[in-house]
Amino acid sequence: MGAIFDIYLLEALINGLLLGGVLALLALGLNLVFGVIDVVWICYAELVMVGMYAMYYLVSVYGWPFWAAVPACIGTVAVLGLLLHVLVIAPLLGAPPINQLLATGGVLFFLQSFATVAFGIEFRNLGLRLPVIEIGDIFVSYARLLAFGCALAGMVAVYLFLTRSYVGTAIRAISQDREIMALMGVDTRRIYLTTSAVGGGLAGLPACLLVLQYDVHPFVGLSFGPIIFMICVMGGLGNMVGGFVAAFIFAELISVGGLFLDLEWGYVFAFVFFIAMMVVRPAGLLARGA
Amino acid sequence: MSAGMKPGLPWLLLGAALVALPLVYAEPYPLHIIITILIWSFAYTSWSVMGRFGLVSLGHGGFMGVGAYVTALAWNNWGLTPWIGIPLALLCAAALAVVVAWPCFRFRITGHYFALVTLALSGIVLQVITATRDITGGSLGYTPERIQGGSAPLAFQFTDKVTWYYIALAVWAAGLIIWFAVQRGMIRYALEAISEDEDASAAAGVNVTLEKLKITVLSAVMTAMAGALYCQYQMFISPDTVSGISISLQMVFAVVVGGIYVALGPTVGAVITILLAETLRIFFGPAAVGWDNLIYGLLLVLFIIFLPKGIVGSLADLGRARPRPAGVAAVRGRPA
Repeated sequence: MGAIFDIYLLEALINGLLLGGVLALLALGLNLVFGVIDVVWICYAELVMVGMYAMYYLVSVYGWPFWAAVPACIGTVAVLGLLLHVLVIAPLLGAPPINQLLATGGVLFFLQSFATVAFGIEFRNLGLRLPVIEIGDIFVSYARLLAFGCALAGMVAVYLFLTRSYVGTAIRAISQDREIMALMGVDTRRIYLTTSAVGGGLAGLPACLLVLQYDVHPFVGLSFGPIIFMICVMGGLGNMVGGFVAAFIFAELISVGGLFLDLEWGYVFAFVFFIAMMVVRPAGLLARGA
Repeated sequence: MSAGMKPGLPWLLLGAALVALPLVYAEPYPLHIIITILIWSFAYTSWSVMGRFGLVSLGHGGFMGVGAYVTALAWNNWGLTPWIGIPLALLCAAALAVVVAWPCFRFRITGHYFALVTLALSGIVLQVITATRDITGGSLGYTPERIQGGSAPLAFQFTDKVTWYYIALAVWAAGLIIWFAVQRGMIRYALEAISEDEDASAAAGVNVTLEKLKITVLSAVMTAMAGALYCQYQMFISPDTVSGISISLQMVFAVVVGGIYVALGPTVGAVITILLAETLRIFFGPAAVGWDNLIYGLLLVLFIIFLPKGIVGSLADLGRARPRPAGVAAVRGRPA
């Protein structure tokens, strides 16, 4: 009995680790946008949902091969991120930040109902069956492993982009001091557009990975949206390393918590932990002393 | 919204007209729509009581869910009449508000952060209701047990629409009275100062954490009351109709459209949203599913960009014909 229990626990821990990769990728995109533009995209999970639908239609309906659909999906969501910025955020840049947040809330409503109207409320999936890998007595799904690997690769790519390229350097500089960069001759508008596109793309990649494991429906964003926001707040909004660490903590809480009770209770544990952590480390997990 | 302490003549006329309405006109369907509008107006007013100070909560769907479910669960499981169940539900909502909001305020989690924390709260309440499906019926919804044979005042069940109309009207009016009490009270000055600069107001002797907590608990309790009322009126609740992020955003939407800084703003917002949804439903039937929210979402974005003060707020500004004093405008514009 004890041995079996341990194996389940180990399996849950591994699955949590793999889930953490995808959550970290999601948090990274949200953090990037917040760090640079100082806007929280409440509709971030809905961008992922649209990406999942893009994958579904490209692969299952139009018969594209998976590898070709991935860049198309990332591109679609990147354009969506761009549109979000141009149509909704840009006119509000001078307005109080909370108005920008609420406006993206409106976009959340819009995207959800748009998906309901356009795609219907049925659950859809790619119908792909990826093999399950057996290591000893532990079963690990190939889809999760793939998602974890791609998520890590995506994060490394973003890291290199931010540290090695000129635009990336400008993005980091803007997130440190928004006013001074315009004086230094950086075109803030262009940087905002680039960031929005990258932020959108960072929602597109997880969409490709999540659609391998989960069904897509108009409200799928609600099931992981709150988790992403908690991760970002706990990591410290705009703090990418903090978000990375928090993502793995939450993923483990959900996965291991879900092992003992229903998956929903995993979310509840995560929330209770989150409230407790706010009392202990209010400025975020990795905050330097106030 | 003048500074006078007595209600003006327009208010008295409005009140008299509303009280007299069912005496001259009591068709069941329009009355049902009006009752729904009154209940939701009260919920939206509850949100705006704190929202107008830049305390943007996206967790009110959670409080409403607590109000509805605790009342219904207490009745079905323990036979506790809503006359006790509703106060119990309000107490639960107050406790939840303190548990979530106190750490936020104590540790200066404001603006974006506060919105996100409360957003997570409404998501979690929905998850809990779904997870405890053995007790709450999960996403299939929940029905308080009906007393057979008509109205039962002791069980807070009424089959008569006119009775419900007066109950909803009374609660709605109470919401407005609370709104004006906040408007005239010291707490308004404290919270406006806080929304402008927390450090400066703390230095001026305002207990920042306590004042914010007071208004949050008040707002949460009122919202839970709206949830309980909705439950007793509809006699059916489901996680999606009384809790969750969608309901929270719906509150924000209605208040922003109506006007966040004026007493009747939330009510006008409720009238517009509910009439819009009903019209779509009548003209398009089941095909309308999703379209109402599509239009809400679009309107919310458009209003925030072009008419951030909402319909009533902008009309009031027009009527005033000259801009408000700069100080007040600054408070209104600024987030926490």
